[in-house]
Amino acid sequence: MAAAIEIVGLRKSFGEQRVLDGIDLRVQAGTVFALLGPNGAGKTTLINILSTLVTPDEGTASVAGHDVTTDRDGVKNAISLTGQSAAVDEVLTADENLRMMARLSGYSATDAKRRAGALLEQFDLVDASRKRVKTFSGGMRRRLDLAISLVATPPVIFLDEPTTGLDTRSRQTLWEMILGLAAQGITIFLTTQYLEEADQLAGRIAVIDHGVVVAEGTAAELKARVGGEVVELRDGNDQIVRELPTDGSVHGLREAIDQLDAAGLPGGSVSIRKPSLDDVFLALTAQNLEVTR
Amino acid sequence: MSTALLPDRVVTVAAPPADRDVSAITSTRVFIGRSIRHTLRNTEALIMAIVLPIMLMLMFTYVFGGAIDAGGDYVDYVVPGIILLCAGFGSSSTAVDVADDMTNGIVDRFRTMPLRSSGVITGHVVASLLRNLFATAVVIGVALLVGFRPTGNTLQWIGAIGMIALFILAITWLYAALGLAARTPAAASGYGFALLFLPYLSSAFVPTDTMPVWLQWIADNQPITPVIETIRGLLFDTDLGDRAWWAVGWCLVIAAGSAVWTSVLFRRKAGRR
Repeated sequence: MAAAIEIVGLRKSFGEQRVLDGIDLRVQAGTVFALLGPNGAGKTTLINILSTLVTPDEGTASVAGHDVTTDRDGVKNAISLTGQSAAVDEVLTADENLRMMARLSGYSATDAKRRAGALLEQFDLVDASRKRVKTFSGGMRRRLDLAISLVATPPVIFLDEPTTGLDTRSRQTLWEMILGLAAQGITIFLTTQYLEEADQLAGRIAVIDHGVVVAEGTAAELKARVGGEVVELRDGNDQIVRELPTDGSVHGLREAIDQLDAAGLPGGSVSIRKPSLDDVFLALTAQNLEVTR
Repeated sequence: MSTALLPDRVVTVAAPPADRDVSAITSTRVFIGRSIRHTLRNTEALIMAIVLPIMLMLMFTYVFGGAIDAGGDYVDYVVPGIILLCAGFGSSSTAVDVADDMTNGIVDRFRTMPLRSSGVITGHVVASLLRNLFATAVVIGVALLVGFRPTGNTLQWIGAIGMIALFILAITWLYAALGLAARTPAAASGYGFALLFLPYLSSAFVPTDTMPVWLQWIADNQPITPVIETIRGLLFDTDLGDRAWWAVGWCLVIAAGSAVWTSVLFRRKAGRR
């Protein structure tokens, strides 16, 4: 399968601060790829480089076969970027936003009107189409933002933390839309702080920390490295005393509880939860340190 | 990928336009339309653009006018000054408009599209020109009502309006550059404030020879004075001397310098918020 995005040895510093320290990634066309990492890991910088906003110091990157530094126009023709803060015009209405973007994407005035109408319908914004975006909720704004990204139907879409700050319902809706797009062959490169989001959406996930990819693989592969569940032991005051990752099997669970037994804490309670990004992180960065040592 | 979340709301992908590359003319036209919409929807700014000229006109004619020129012809003297004062106020919002765009991420979106994204600034500048020409018309209308009786002919009127338009363009580009240089819209508004005092230190409201010598030197050599004197000379058919050249020269230098500064700042600020 062809690569929609290819990144080799990418480095970027802002002043003294090294933000990306040698990134190598390959994203196949027509798949969803998630870049998972905490704030300040370099996710936005990487997206900004791939969308031609920022030039890399070292290394190369190409999007849809176009080099991001030598063929910017080629890249711009093949992508759309939905940044972290919804980049919509608050003074205009939803309809005006879409029509403006359609005009700026090469549609004639009549075609722009038609395209805007279709997108308003698909993104469930018909009722709000004549209202100024200033009055929109966070979820509506995000939907409009995504609709704008799709005006010209680019083959590659970048989404920088698309669901940060959204309520559960809006998040679900947005996830459905993203999956719907992927089903139609659009390559989606998204960043997120949430393991669950990467898990739900992405075929492949890269975990990034301090400008370095610390792990890459399918959600299942990553979870296998962390363990499927985390067993928490709390003392009588409900303070977490120990956390043990397990693979989620009965056998694994029993082993974990045996270990907790050995710790011997009277009045303690046990609970099981899904691993959080912190757990993935702790596990992966710890492994990474061991490897580099 | 999870199968639990199969999309029930399928977003269809339409055929893209044949050519996503948009000409600079088309994109700039769209950006101008956007900025004009912004202007028309900013009710406070629009009311200011109409009320401020009227208030200033009435204040300078009926409150200060009698004290400055007991003869009662002060209205003829002060109109060019009020036009410039209003243009300064009216253009200053360009700094805030530009700073707003730069901080809310929409410019980054334009930048990742195959078009000349700096047209977004041009849009604000053109909208400011139209807005301030409108305010100028209000000033002149009110002035005529309260006794303004210019003696210039049609050609001189065209020249005067051209001078005013050039001044508006120059100061708007300067405000656009300040809007880009500022880190926040609030800072942009602050930088712009200082420029609003320039008309007071010129021949706009009193002849410069009534000022102390050191101030007179500043007033005579700052850009506002030749612009004011040129407008005054054209509207009342008096000898311009070399003042028109100074006025046009100053405006062109400010406009060109600011436009270059703007484009440098615009490029440098890509992807940084």
